[in-house]
Amino acid sequence: MKPKDKKTKFRYVWNFPGFGGWTAIFFGFLYIPIFVLVCYSFNSSKFAMIWTGFSFRWYTKLFSNDDIQSATINSLIIAFSAAPLATIIATFSALAIVRGGEFRSRELSNGLITLPLMVPEIVTAVATLIFFASLGINFGLMNVIIAHTVFCIPFAYMPIKAALEAMDPNLELAARDLYSDKPSTFRTITLPLLTPGIISGFMLAFVISIDDFIITLMVAGGGSTTLPVYIYSMVKMGVSPEVNAVSSLMLVFSIFIVTLYWIFNRKINN
Amino acid sequence: MKEKVIKLLVSISLLFASSSLMAAGKLNLYNWADYTPDALIDKFEAETGIQVTVDTYDSNETLLAKLQAGGGSTGYDLAVPSQHFVEIMIKEGLIEKIDGITGMSNYKYVAEQFQGPSFDPTQEYSTPWQMGSASWAYRADSYSGNGSSMMEFFKPSDEVCGKVAVFKSPEEVVNMAHLALGSNFCSEDPNEMQAVMDLLIEQKKCVAVYSSEGINERLMSGEVIMHAHWDGYSQVGKWEGVDDLTYAYPKEGVVGWFDSLVMPKGAKNVEEAKAFMNFVMHPENMAILSNFAAYANAIPESVNYLSDDMKNATNIQVPDGIPVKFGQACNKESQALVDKVWTKLMQ
Amino acid sequence: MNIQGENKTQNRILSLLPLWIVIGIFMIGPLLVMATVSLMESNVYGGVHFKFSLSGYQQILFDTNLFDEIEFNPAYIIIIARSFVLALAATFLSLLIGFPAAYYISRQSNRVKNILIFLVTIPFWTNLLIRTFAWIIILGKGGVIESSFNFLGLLDKESSLNLMYTNTAILIGLVYSYLPLMVLPIYASLEKMDVRLLEAATDLYSSRIELIRKIIFPLSMPGIIGGSILVFVPCLGAFIAPDLLGGGKKLLLGSLIQFQFSYARNWPFGAAMAMFLLALVILILIFNAKLNRRHRKYEAQR
Repeated sequence: MKPKDKKTKFRYVWNFPGFGGWTAIFFGFLYIPIFVLVCYSFNSSKFAMIWTGFSFRWYTKLFSNDDIQSATINSLIIAFSAAPLATIIATFSALAIVRGGEFRSRELSNGLITLPLMVPEIVTAVATLIFFASLGINFGLMNVIIAHTVFCIPFAYMPIKAALEAMDPNLELAARDLYSDKPSTFRTITLPLLTPGIISGFMLAFVISIDDFIITLMVAGGGSTTLPVYIYSMVKMGVSPEVNAVSSLMLVFSIFIVTLYWIFNRKINN
Repeated sequence: MKEKVIKLLVSISLLFASSSLMAAGKLNLYNWADYTPDALIDKFEAETGIQVTVDTYDSNETLLAKLQAGGGSTGYDLAVPSQHFVEIMIKEGLIEKIDGITGMSNYKYVAEQFQGPSFDPTQEYSTPWQMGSASWAYRADSYSGNGSSMMEFFKPSDEVCGKVAVFKSPEEVVNMAHLALGSNFCSEDPNEMQAVMDLLIEQKKCVAVYSSEGINERLMSGEVIMHAHWDGYSQVGKWEGVDDLTYAYPKEGVVGWFDSLVMPKGAKNVEEAKAFMNFVMHPENMAILSNFAAYANAIPESVNYLSDDMKNATNIQVPDGIPVKFGQACNKESQALVDKVWTKLMQ
Repeated sequence: MNIQGENKTQNRILSLLPLWIVIGIFMIGPLLVMATVSLMESNVYGGVHFKFSLSGYQQILFDTNLFDEIEFNPAYIIIIARSFVLALAATFLSLLIGFPAAYYISRQSNRVKNILIFLVTIPFWTNLLIRTFAWIIILGKGGVIESSFNFLGLLDKESSLNLMYTNTAILIGLVYSYLPLMVLPIYASLEKMDVRLLEAATDLYSSRIELIRKIIFPLSMPGIIGGSILVFVPCLGAFIAPDLLGGGKKLLLGSLIQFQFSYARNWPFGAAMAMFLLALVILILIFNAKLNRRHRKYEAQR
């Protein structure tokens, strides 16, 4: 009896009454709006707020909407360009910063990487707008890709850095002791071990790019409207089941990638 | 693995190529929200094979800001500013001079009084889109007034206070306030502008939201009863089921506007844009536009193709004796005053 | 050895070069250009005149009125103050909602913990715009809240609760947007907490309240401060929540800046406001770094 007694006492000490219920409310607060949005996307009524019945019609309508399709293609082109660029830059930076030992520009480089996280998004957006406008740089989608690459770098960097730090440097040393030269050590030992981190970084950068709104809104010109910017213009016209449908798809897509990232990372950690 | 990566890269670069190199056969139209009928775009695409992409904005000011920020190239091939903004954009060098508008095959359909309009006398920059007026509309079932005075909008009675909505941008609202107060558009008199500002600030106490988009949706839900509105767009609201939506023609008058197609500086698809301009001037196509947006147009023969709904549209018929005063391009001094009034109002 | 060292430096520089170039040109570059533009004269129709002027900054405090006289103008101070109050309120509410949840999660088994924390992070990775406009469906006229009130007979069909287009709506939107950023750091610091501390304290007859006040709270302080900053800073520059839920009637710092680049077309003033916001954020971050350093010192001394 005694040990059990002790256990209940532990419980008693850790747990505060009501915290469990509060946490349930907390998760409710986080997820109910998302849930409501998805539910209402199946509303057959033309008016978002009045429920008249279950229907897929708004989803089928999406597939005949050219504007949504071209916005989706733009979003994908941008994310598939910005995320790899950001990941490559982040990988090289992480290698230099984590493995480069102590050097003078290390703090500076660290600061540079986190800078896009520190500066409020609206400031970045406005600054980039002024920058492109006053230099007369207008390469259409390229402008948006450049802007996205910049703020995706820190997100790609985080998992890569973590993976590098978790890596046992003895492995590389051992490989080198076995007369493997530096480039081949990198290729046969470092890179394979780092790949999961790089893939994770890519996924995060990808999600961040796909979801970005404010910077794209300010920087995008004709023909480079992305899905979030298009959704914004739809929301401004009033919330309709069609907006709910395209938004639900976006939500599900982001959640899918992040879940993939999570499962992937758990596998590695195990 | 390697093959997959290569395949992926190839397909991405193909996507790129298709989006940038093969720009020919594409047209980027930048238009007001809810102002471009799908039917019109579909017909144009079917006739010419040109792919049209439409982006939207909510005010002349937003369009002007976007063109300014574009640094000489916005990526848009066509935009639809109102008459006075066409004038400003010409002055600021933001739109292209277009060769041969008067020689276009459908130009002959344009009514004579709209050929070479005051804002583009030589017809080198613009072709007509739609025209109408700005005032305000109300749900007649929920409001006891009759819309005969502009002051009903600016000094809302208790029954509608808190259920009034106003455009997000100053241009038309300030002109409506000028009409209410009996002062002139583009006033440079600080005292008059002070009166405008006082009126707007007083009105703000009853304003639920400042927005130029989703107006009919807001009126339909009953979120607001009175909304700054355009004549045709309010008619569309009526068609969509807000039966009691009534457009006010106050005795002080309404603010007239004339929207035109123009080509922003640096437009890449010049020929496609010109084809679209010509296409829109055809009576049949202009009628598609009017049947959708419910505004009047400058192509008299389009009458033959108008729907019965459009012919019987009550909100767009200007009653006798109600003046329609067109917005003018203000000089910088007065424009600066308008901006100041609006910034003060928005804080 | 020497040769290898040189090689290493060379590699390092080569690896970091892309970062320096990209961030240097496309992040620091724009900030510098913006700083320059904030010191120029505005053009009424948009863009700038290339002429030095402090009017962008001057306008934050003093404004020429319609009669072209310079007068003290509290309007922007009010906007700044409003942003501060809303951001503070959002931070405080996030703490209130997030702390018990973070604590509860930190005390679960490893498996449950991982899943719950993952659930906390999911909203952060989804589109902020979409998450915010979901609240229109909930708060709006005839939305989820009003129709449930109707259903329960608490509200008749004709009347409205007028939840939308208010400061409360903006506040809800802000808390909702950034709540995960409050929970994660608090969780991180609570997770490290040694339960034996609590046991010892209870053995010494500490009450529940005292446990929270004297042990849990101080130990989670770094997390609370970190989380507060992560919530407070983006709230200061928020644009989506005030735009969609506030009805555009009351500007906040973020929307004021955006306003200058759309309707108002006053670039120098918008740039000056952005510089001001940036300076505020930098100050907050420096303050945070100082706090962290002190905390680390304190930890080291113990």
